[in-house]
Amino acid sequence: MSYPLEIENLRTQIRLRHSVVQAVSDLSLHIEAGETLGLVGESGCGKSMTGLSIMGLLPPGGSIVGGSVRVDGRELVGLPEPELQRVRGNEVAMVFQDSMTSLNPTRTIGYQVAEPVRRHLGAGKAEARERALEVLGLVGLPRPAERLDDYPHQLSGGLRQRVLIAMALACGPKVLIADEPTTAMDVTIQSQILHLLDDLKKRLGMAVLLITHDMGVVAGRADRVHVMYAGQLVERAGTTELFDAMAHPYTQGLLASIPQLDQPPASTLYSIPGIPPDLADPPRGCRFAARCPYADARCETEPTLAVTGPARAGAEHEVACWHPVEGPLPRLAAPTPAPSATPTPGPTATARPATEPAPGPATGPQEDERAELVAVTGLVREFPVRSGLFGRSGLSVKAVSDVSFTVRRGETFGLVGESGCGKSTIGRMVVALDRPDRGAVALRGEDLATLGGRPLRRRRRDLQLMFQDPYASLDPRVRVGATLREPLEIQGIGSRREQDRRIRELLAEVGLPGSAVDRYPHEFSGGQRQRIGLARALALSPALIVADEPVSALDVSIRSQVLNLMKRLQATHELSYVVISHDLAVVKYLADRIGVMYLGRLVEVGPAAEIYAAPAHHYTAGLIDSIPVPDPRAERSKPRDGVRGELPSPVHPPSGCRFRTRCPAAQAICAEELPPLRPFGPGHAAACHFPLREPEPDRPAAPVATLATPVTPVTPAGRTTEQTADPSTPDSRRTP
Amino acid sequence: MSITAGVEPPGTPPTLTAAPEGGPVHVSIPIWRLALRSFVENRLAVAGVVILVFFVLFSFVGPLLYHTNQVDTDIANTFLPPQPGNPLGTESHGFDVLGRLMKGGQSSLEIAFLSAVIATVIGTLYGALAGLAGGLLDAAMMRLVDVLLAIPFLFIVLIIATRFNASVLSLSLLLGAFSWLVPARLVRGEVLSLRSRDFVSAARVMGAGRWRLISRHLIPNALGVVVVNITFQVADALLAVSALGFLGFGLNYPQVSWGDMLSNGISYLLSGYWWLIYPVGLCLVLVVMASNFIGDALRDAVDVRLRRR
Repeated sequence: MSYPLEIENLRTQIRLRHSVVQAVSDLSLHIEAGETLGLVGESGCGKSMTGLSIMGLLPPGGSIVGGSVRVDGRELVGLPEPELQRVRGNEVAMVFQDSMTSLNPTRTIGYQVAEPVRRHLGAGKAEARERALEVLGLVGLPRPAERLDDYPHQLSGGLRQRVLIAMALACGPKVLIADEPTTAMDVTIQSQILHLLDDLKKRLGMAVLLITHDMGVVAGRADRVHVMYAGQLVERAGTTELFDAMAHPYTQGLLASIPQLDQPPASTLYSIPGIPPDLADPPRGCRFAARCPYADARCETEPTLAVTGPARAGAEHEVACWHPVEGPLPRLAAPTPAPSATPTPGPTATARPATEPAPGPATGPQEDERAELVAVTGLVREFPVRSGLFGRSGLSVKAVSDVSFTVRRGETFGLVGESGCGKSTIGRMVVALDRPDRGAVALRGEDLATLGGRPLRRRRRDLQLMFQDPYASLDPRVRVGATLREPLEIQGIGSRREQDRRIRELLAEVGLPGSAVDRYPHEFSGGQRQRIGLARALALSPALIVADEPVSALDVSIRSQVLNLMKRLQATHELSYVVISHDLAVVKYLADRIGVMYLGRLVEVGPAAEIYAAPAHHYTAGLIDSIPVPDPRAERSKPRDGVRGELPSPVHPPSGCRFRTRCPAAQAICAEELPPLRPFGPGHAAACHFPLREPEPDRPAAPVATLATPVTPVTPAGRTTEQTADPSTPDSRRTP
Repeated sequence: MSITAGVEPPGTPPTLTAAPEGGPVHVSIPIWRLALRSFVENRLAVAGVVILVFFVLFSFVGPLLYHTNQVDTDIANTFLPPQPGNPLGTESHGFDVLGRLMKGGQSSLEIAFLSAVIATVIGTLYGALAGLAGGLLDAAMMRLVDVLLAIPFLFIVLIIATRFNASVLSLSLLLGAFSWLVPARLVRGEVLSLRSRDFVSAARVMGAGRWRLISRHLIPNALGVVVVNITFQVADALLAVSALGFLGFGLNYPQVSWGDMLSNGISYLLSGYWWLIYPVGLCLVLVVMASNFIGDALRDAVDVRLRRR
């Protein structure tokens, strides 16, 4: 019998000018109809090349040098281009990562979805349009008939991805290859799209190859998982089997290095040392040996995939390793080395059981006694929308609307929210790169906006920024030594020799060799560049570092290295961080307190552990549910709603509560009145009319933030409806 | 070329001791060498450099080896076809054509390079200022460029050229003053994109002043674009000088440019004196082509440098 997709001993090479990259080495896999196969690995491990090899869409210089790819028993390798074209988009379809560049901006979406139908099935114009309408409805595009004549730029990212999937489905393919279909998306949209793919697979009986770097994504959606490292398959098993009893040290490390929601914040993340090998010159023997804690002489010969361990009935589990491990690492890794210099912070977030109701009056003073470092009050920032020749449209993007929070010394404050919710704008205002329209950012009680010139320059020592993109944040023409010297030079700190000493010190602190000073940024890997960025931010011994998506551009195995480093530096320097990220797990791992933002407003703020354990705002709860958890059981038992819909336009935000358009509990009052921040525990406040928990009684004034609008007590009627609306969010949906 | 300005090869490769936590730093090829490699691998570029170097030597060193009288007319020996003693014959005033090509090459190349440099300097400063200032000033400055670009350049230059005594310097200034518009736009665009880069934000967060941003980050990073532009400007200026000379507004006797020679040769087009047209035409085409090749290759090399690893 033949599988919808079967790959045997596939070898793909990419010929570069001076070298040949062994992108895929000897890879075999098969997928059954109605099955999802997850292909997991870091960037550059050959997983995308596998997908492109199947499609025959390799980049210039790329070629399949061996093996076979069969679709329904039909060999694709060596097929002439016209034949391949008939297969592509017809029998095998692909969904790419970037929905903006994958769609033609000059054609309507109706045309683009109908195109494969007309081409492959020879359908007429009207017939193809009919089919386009059908598949667009199938992928859940709202009001497809009205949108057929829209252009891609008129749709949001999530809708564009749906259109892309519709294009792939138009001819009813047998095999769907989804290459990182949700990587560039917000978690809320990600969970919607993954759900859609899952649903379509079941309804249409397709074989789906899900290529991703995210263990959480495969945990919930894949039936079987193949793990790739450096162009080779290192482990394959059924999803539950793999997560329960992984055998390859790489799989184990990959899973352990992801911060998880129930990770104790005091623990250090496991990290795989080093970086993946260069595939132009792959190491002999086991390719993971250089980074493997178990490696020995035996690993110099290449291991082959073999059945491992106690072969359970029906569990096909193979691993390519001489020293297979048994199951995942225990979750409680070594705690962070206790900072000797730092005074032990008061009650840490974990020490406080989230369910224990704190006595009302104690709320304020019971908080950390650490000195307040930065106070943000009533911050407003609006960007005028330009239009026409002189650009006065009178409209503006309400990027930040009335946000207040404080950051204490040595504390990490996390800001989370979907992209476009204004969190990066806040970050820029906190470090005085941008000035607020209203409100103030005060550093030790001093309003930054009132400062200028020399005093401001002096204050800047205390406020530093860490960037997301490690490639853009370092000047490509400046050596690392000069990059690190720059802040010292600007601030006139120390003699040249002292500066030299400081630079060496900083490099050592972030774990880079002293020889790095003479090197240019392009000679470093992404993780190393992020370390340099951190060293630069540290150079002035700041009190606060704003880290804007510090690890989202990094590979999974490198992320944990940088996260651990950030934690260690915080402990040794008594740093405060403002961590901005869309990745809640990262924020949860780093932050003591968290602010959840939605469309320019802070909707909930409180201690990290409590926010996750018992969120009060529907948006927070939805966000938490949307995070893919790398645990198949937890992931599958989740109710599948998450947050519905898409982010409304920040130019015309909804009236009243901005979240009401996507909220399951929204009622008439939500459109009329802006909900005030109400306390839900010590330092915990949320702005919702119908919260998921009872707010603390008789404490209308929020302790952490003040709002311009008068506080309105919730009507009894509201309470009752809240209780009826509540069953949609039972406690069981919190991951165990 | 000078795109590598400020980038010297690092000294001895540092030795790596015990692997630090962040992983070892791979000693890789310096940027300038990557750029050089990409340049050298481009065969057309190498051909371009060879051609250009040849013509520079031909024009400036050639007269030292091949002596001709380019000052006194020789009525007895006009329009001689190529022959021993006059490898490319003589022209209407009896000047040796090969010697004249060298002399004409000198002034043509001088004007081309000088005006390209003038145009690039003005354009770079103007563009950088507009890009950095932003807002109303930027808008006003760029509208001025738009207006100037709409005026036919040759027309104005011709009017001015008739009023002034043309010399190498005055022609260079004239051409330079009219061709800075394109580099100005180019540099402004580059500065606008550089200005929003993270590393510039990082410097601002450190408290860097405007001058530091310009001199340390913006100019070095915009330099690649500028250098590439110079080569294209050279080609344009060479053609413009020739066009002026061809229209009869070239250099005054005894100076001569390739354009003047062409103009002279055209008058005898129907007389069969091919040696008045083809050699100088070929010289012009080769040099313009060569500088375009170099420009293209430089642009590619600069792009490679900015590409991620």
